[in-house]
Amino acid sequence: MPEYNFLVVEDSPTMRQLITFALKRIPGSKVIEANDGIDALKKLSTQKFDIILTDINMPIMDGLKLVSMVRNDPVHKAIPIIIITTEGADEDRKRGLALGANAYIAKPIQTADLLSVVNQIISGRSA
Amino acid sequence: MDKDAGSLNKKVEDFLQVFRKGEEFTQELLRENEKLRYRLAQHEEVSKFSGREGDFKLHTMEERLRFLEDENKNLLDRYRQVEEENKDFASRYIEVEAENNNLANLYVASYQLHSTLDFNESLKIILEIVMNLIGAEEFSIMMLDESTNELSIVAQEGMGPEAHENIKIGEGVIGDVVKNGEAFYREGDPTDLSGVDYSHPLVCIPLKIKEHVIGAIVIYKLLIQKTQFSNMDFELFSMLAGHAATALFSSKLYSQSERKLSTIQSFLDLLKEK
Repeated sequence: MPEYNFLVVEDSPTMRQLITFALKRIPGSKVIEANDGIDALKKLSTQKFDIILTDINMPIMDGLKLVSMVRNDPVHKAIPIIIITTEGADEDRKRGLALGANAYIAKPIQTADLLSVVNQIISGRSA
Repeated sequence: MDKDAGSLNKKVEDFLQVFRKGEEFTQELLRENEKLRYRLAQHEEVSKFSGREGDFKLHTMEERLRFLEDENKNLLDRYRQVEEENKDFASRYIEVEAENNNLANLYVASYQLHSTLDFNESLKIILEIVMNLIGAEEFSIMMLDESTNELSIVAQEGMGPEAHENIKIGEGVIGDVVKNGEAFYREGDPTDLSGVDYSHPLVCIPLKIKEHVIGAIVIYKLLIQKTQFSNMDFELFSMLAGHAATALFSSKLYSQSERKLSTIQSFLDLLKEK
């Protein structure tokens, strides 16, 4: 069975738990949580991840900055990134995708939608 | 005369010869005829038998065809039935999935609500739930001061300064909700954003411990992508009415008891010193 390592970057413990709950339904999934962008970068430097799921509005380092830093990092630039945020306006979506995010999901999230996006990315990578 | 008699005898002899030959030929024809009759009878018998066998084979084939046609029809019926059952299972699977997701949301929300005894942290968790799980953009948590019978905002998200006014119990929509303990849902389109009116919220949920109301969660505006309330939202409202109230009440009591404990400890320390 293939293993998938997910990095969930979210300052809200409620959302972290909810996203982790959803991802754990994917067989072979392993979820690591980070509170903000800096915490995420630390975890990226020590472990390998298949997908990063990040919020935008976070203290210390926000999600957009994290996306931009990951995309400019030669080691991690290929990791797919999903933005999960309360910012649901079209311009926010465009900005997130323009920075290099692979998908953009507006809160409140539907577990089925989140899993569908994650599975699409997984199947795209394994194809 | 003898010559004539000899010639006559010869003629008779010849005639008898011809006659015998004719007889032999006739006998031969009769035998041949008998043989032919026998062969004809044989042939008729064979053709009679093979006709019966053909009929039998045809009948068997027809029966087999009917059986196969029936079986085919049964299989088609069964296939349709299984397809219907499959569709039913698929829709039930979707329902169970949705229910499962709803339960996960409720579990996470109530787990987080009861994960702390810190009042401010409880407030933060309620804000997170209302914003992230329900999709509210402007909302507040109001607590009732029983000494003044006034509601005041203890936590809020996205609201302007004009909203920061105390509300007397029984006054306006929010005061009524707290007085009667019944949730309020504004009629009409929840995405109608023609000016947020802080005296007419979209939703007002009383925070109740049994029948005792200690405050309210008031939602004025939803996130742009939130177009309507779902069944899950109403489940969350109902859960918040009880669990958020208990979480806030117990964390408040805990912080008060902590303060009292520290005061008593100070007194005890003073007494010990004396």
